[in-house]
Amino acid sequence: MTLPLPLATSMTSDVPLGWFLTLGLFMFVVGGVGVVVRRNPVVVFMCIELMLNAVNLTFLAFARYQIVPGASTEQAALNAMNGQMMVIFVMAVAAAEVAVGLGIIMAIFRLRNEADLDDMSALRG
Amino acid sequence: MLGDFMPILILMAVAGVICGAMVTLSWVLGPKKVTPYKQSPYECGVEPQGDARERFPIKFYLVAILFVLFDIEVVFLWSWLTVFKTGSLEFQVFSGAAVAVYMLLWIIGDAYVIKIGAIDWDEATSLAPEKLGLSPDAEAA
Amino acid sequence: MIREQPIPTIDWLTLAPMTTVVVAGLVALFIEMFRPKQSNGPIVTVSVVGLALAGALTLAQFGMEPGPTFAGMMVRDQVGLVLQLLLIGVCLLTFLFSDPYLREKKIAFAEFYQLALWSTAGGMIMVSTTNMLMLFLGLEVLSIALYCMAGMDRKQAKSQESAIKYFLLGAFASAFLLMGIAYIYGPTGSLDLGGIAMIAAMPESGYLTMAVFGVGMLLVGLMFKAALVPFHQWAPDVYQGAPTNVTAFMAAASKVAAIGALARVLSASGALQEFWLPALFWVAIATMVVGNFAALVQKDVKRTLGYSSIANAGYVLVALLAHVKKPDQVPLTTALFFLVVYCLMTVGSFAVVSLAAKGGEEGTRFQDLHGLWKRAPFAVGCLIVFVASLIGIPPTAGFFAKLFIFQDALSTGLVPLAIVLAVTSAVSVYYYLGIIQATFVSDEGARKTVSANPSFGLNLVCLFCALAVLVVSLAAAPVSQWLRGSTQLPGEAQARSELQLDSGGRVGAR
Repeated sequence: MTLPLPLATSMTSDVPLGWFLTLGLFMFVVGGVGVVVRRNPVVVFMCIELMLNAVNLTFLAFARYQIVPGASTEQAALNAMNGQMMVIFVMAVAAAEVAVGLGIIMAIFRLRNEADLDDMSALRG
Repeated sequence: MLGDFMPILILMAVAGVICGAMVTLSWVLGPKKVTPYKQSPYECGVEPQGDARERFPIKFYLVAILFVLFDIEVVFLWSWLTVFKTGSLEFQVFSGAAVAVYMLLWIIGDAYVIKIGAIDWDEATSLAPEKLGLSPDAEAA
Repeated sequence: MIREQPIPTIDWLTLAPMTTVVVAGLVALFIEMFRPKQSNGPIVTVSVVGLALAGALTLAQFGMEPGPTFAGMMVRDQVGLVLQLLLIGVCLLTFLFSDPYLREKKIAFAEFYQLALWSTAGGMIMVSTTNMLMLFLGLEVLSIALYCMAGMDRKQAKSQESAIKYFLLGAFASAFLLMGIAYIYGPTGSLDLGGIAMIAAMPESGYLTMAVFGVGMLLVGLMFKAALVPFHQWAPDVYQGAPTNVTAFMAAASKVAAIGALARVLSASGALQEFWLPALFWVAIATMVVGNFAALVQKDVKRTLGYSSIANAGYVLVALLAHVKKPDQVPLTTALFFLVVYCLMTVGSFAVVSLAAKGGEEGTRFQDLHGLWKRAPFAVGCLIVFVASLIGIPPTAGFFAKLFIFQDALSTGLVPLAIVLAVTSAVSVYYYLGIIQATFVSDEGARKTVSANPSFGLNLVCLFCALAVLVVSLAAAPVSQWLRGSTQLPGEAQARSELQLDSGGRVGAR
């Protein structure tokens, strides 16, 4: 079968894969720390989006560099498609989460005029 | 490889030092005399009134939320189209049917949003007395 | 230039149950669109009929040739079918008592039914796939609908608070899950869980590190969803704040889906178990201990049941660990049996607790149940059966469910887990009996709200769940035989060959 993509081997650039993975992990950790320390739900949600984008970067880096040992070029091209497909779905799901999340935050604003996670402590045991 | 970026890094460092020095020095050396009048916000010379944090009508957010959803819808169509144009006829029919189902779901969702009045400007709720098992008159009375 | 694009062969019957559930949701949406602001009766009818049809389509597939379809995106096997049927049943039972409850609470939004149906479909996808993309999508369809449902009571701060907590922590967990998938995808180039087994055979240690990191993150994401300690903090808050029918659905369906996915991931990564089994061993202990001991000091019935569901997740994790440790000796049937019984007990108990709502008010503290015995003797009678089963008193199915797990744990050398299970079950008697005791207190001075009269649907749910708990216990052997079918997950063959190299017992000996 003919390939739907340029060959993975011809796409490598000067920047090694490790740097992309490091940047991805760094963004992921920054987002994770932000989720834990920030108190505004909108900012917390932005931090989660940062984590999701770190994941997207990781997926795309893996898809481009194709480190699978022993894979033929055809297989590598198919594998690359897997990762790119995943990124599109992650973006779509993130958008759906934004819609629902903003809806919930809006409902809270309507109810109490402000939304601070520290003030939400009606539920505890 | 790092050498290629060295001039840029040096430029950034110099820019950072100069900007930082300007801001810090003027803050440290400049005379400061704080009066309540100086602290009050400037609003075209008029006495400020009310809260600066005006709240937007909530409908703006609803429209924004719907926009986010439709924004992302195109991502799937785009990636589909890139393979669609070079695919075999069989593939075009198959993927076309799949995308038709996908678009149908979008249209149903959109029709629902419009029908229940989520983007109307007045306050809308789907909760009617009938939903609660009451007659409409009972609620009015 | 014409390129060959692969067109997957599709076994429509495998997809039929999920499609039916989704279409039922769409039809319900159309009903709400074209006759808005009227009673939810037709919507409930359509939903129930759709669920029954989906259940029939699932039942028809039992005994059929298992195998993947849709280019490996979905898979038909015994475990998937049982869990799909269970999810459909949970949704159906929830619907039967939902409408009267929502009307009493004055939040009879028709959207609940569509969201619950699509949520069910998401769970069904989750339990019947070995593809991590589908796993993620199913999880999100399940969860996003649940976030909306948890915040359905728009006038009540508690409900909103539970929605935002669930939403933020759920999205946080998804990020971990995705990072895990990314690091499994990297070295294998595949989104299929089968790829994990490939890594273990790879010589380069860098790949192994990546895969272990990936599996770890994936497990963290799923443990969040299954509410296992230390990722459990959201569960009691959300269970308490959400409307009670949503809690019933959430406690049963999201746990079934999460445990089903966890079972698949654990089975597929059996070859790497030397890395994660010790960690999960302690997670299981912590879950059973924290769940049961924290439940002792609660003042709210829904919160107590929330901690009880955490404890139950711990029990079922023991069954999963026993299965993964010796897949050929211990089938997954024990976990399935436990999940079936757990769903019956949970939906039943929350159905009885939903009686606490009347005229827009709802009180779910223990004293708000006072006098329930006089108002709804039948429902309380059924509640006694559920509680007896949750404790694990012999004539009920809960006893056999726990006994099977206990035996499995002993036979695979997980003796500490078996002991913790027995001890914490004994502790749980105290708070479970507290719920029963509250319903018998005749002094109603402490309560703030009045209980609703049980509706026909609610009595039906109670009757069905209570009868099922008793029947399943009488027919424990045939039921587990039926559940067993040819219970085997893809990836187990690999896990088994690894186990022959490993002498086993390493964790049990700790």
